[in-house]
Amino acid sequence: MLDHTRPAFLPPRPGAGFKPQHFPAIMAAPSPVEWLEIHAENYMGEGGRPLAQLRALAERFAISLHGVGLSIGGEGALDAAHLARLKHLCTWLQPACFSEHLAWSSHDNSFLNDLLPLPYTAATLTRVADHIDQVQTVLGRKMLLENPSAYLAFAEAEMDEVTFLAEIARRTGCGLLLDVNNVYVSANNLGFNALGYIESFPHHLVGEIHLGGHDPDLDSDGTPLLIDSHGCPVADPVWQLYARTLQLGGAKPTLIEWDNDVPEWPVLAGEAALAARLLAGVAA
Amino acid sequence: MSQSVFRTALLDPAHATPPGLLDRHGTPATRRFAVYRNNVAVSLTAALETGFPVLRRVLGEEFFAAMAGVFLRMHPPTSPVLMFYGAQLPDFLHEFPPVAHLPYLPDLARLELALRQSYHAADAAPLPAATLAGLSAERFLAARLRLAPALRLIRSPWPVFSIWRANSVADAPPPRMAAESLLVLRPDFDPEPHLLTPAAGSFLAALLAGEPVAQALTAAGPQHDLAATLALLRQGGGIVGLVEDDL
Repeated sequence: MLDHTRPAFLPPRPGAGFKPQHFPAIMAAPSPVEWLEIHAENYMGEGGRPLAQLRALAERFAISLHGVGLSIGGEGALDAAHLARLKHLCTWLQPACFSEHLAWSSHDNSFLNDLLPLPYTAATLTRVADHIDQVQTVLGRKMLLENPSAYLAFAEAEMDEVTFLAEIARRTGCGLLLDVNNVYVSANNLGFNALGYIESFPHHLVGEIHLGGHDPDLDSDGTPLLIDSHGCPVADPVWQLYARTLQLGGAKPTLIEWDNDVPEWPVLAGEAALAARLLAGVAA
Repeated sequence: MSQSVFRTALLDPAHATPPGLLDRHGTPATRRFAVYRNNVAVSLTAALETGFPVLRRVLGEEFFAAMAGVFLRMHPPTSPVLMFYGAQLPDFLHEFPPVAHLPYLPDLARLELALRQSYHAADAAPLPAATLAGLSAERFLAARLRLAPALRLIRSPWPVFSIWRANSVADAPPPRMAAESLLVLRPDFDPEPHLLTPAAGSFLAALLAGEPVAQALTAAGPQHDLAATLALLRQGGGIVGLVEDDL
């Protein structure tokens, strides 16, 4: 059993996505990173090194548990076995926070390992709200829902993403995870105004912010198509959007995500130091 | 647009982009849909590459990626817990015509699956050596040994341990044709495969089937070196308990 005396909330300071290769560096010396986020699905084994590392980390850091496989936007019922695994992990770990995505990833008993898009319609709203109610009931805690990065739009959409997220939060009582890089990527790819999105966002519902890197690719007409790669530093315009987010919503726990071509720990800690500098300038 | 249509088109590159998906000009989003298609194929191929590094070395990166592309479309994961993805790969390889001339591949894939399962298996404290040493011969023979959750046994008609070793350790001897049994043990956090004699393979198979030590010894036959097998199990934390029926 873990010692549960550590903070039960995420501090409004920088955090980092945990990668096992960084474990020795994280444990060896303090850094600007004050909390860690883990992907829930990587800790659903029975034992061994992953859970031993998590136990050691959790004794020192507040942990944010981030699901990448619950398929909250799925047309079918939530995977009861997966929800049970999540509850088991939550009960053992007592994370400071649990979050998942506004997306779907499973259909008809196959898991597609990507965060797939949803049409923002009244029918989707009802389905997603029902699934979030179920998750919050089973886990016995409030969750945060994250805005996705998008590559395409749906002809059938009835409302914009901010309206959709605000209504989900109103119906379910869930909080929101604002991924500022996703806003920038989606705004470029779908042709909306990223600053307008940030300025209309319900910041009082935001429990956590994500920052990550994206890569430029080309659309069929030769214009930039941005890919949410999490494989490089946070881009300058995303830092600018983040600074505006902090002005509007105050200091929030802010995660640096780096999932592909993962660099040495000091590079991640350097990104966290940039976030710390911006966070220091605003009140919580 | 239903997720069923979306899923079918994701997994089949020859399938048309589903209708109703638009880019920023409001025109059909073929290039955009390709991003999702690519994410699915690339990420699941990467999961297989991580899970089967030796198989990949044997087949070559290019062939492995092509094979993974066929496999992931026939057997997409059924769970979001990808640490166990690829359980059907041995059976798939058995039926996959391009590798029909490499009949040892399914067992090599089984070995790599066993290493991964062992890595994530439950922790269990080894039985203190004194507990076994303190038993009379009669009680030891009648007992059933509880083996570690991280222990795995592979028995193959192919030299699967030697093939694995030749492709993962520098200067390992080249494989020679022979049936091989091997035992995966996880003394701490890192699973290690050990070559077994055929007799030790039979002994462990009987123990894993829940037979008492005496029956396992009968199954192993007179060639079996019990002391050597017990020493191997002890070094690898392989015995975690003892069940004595009649006491």
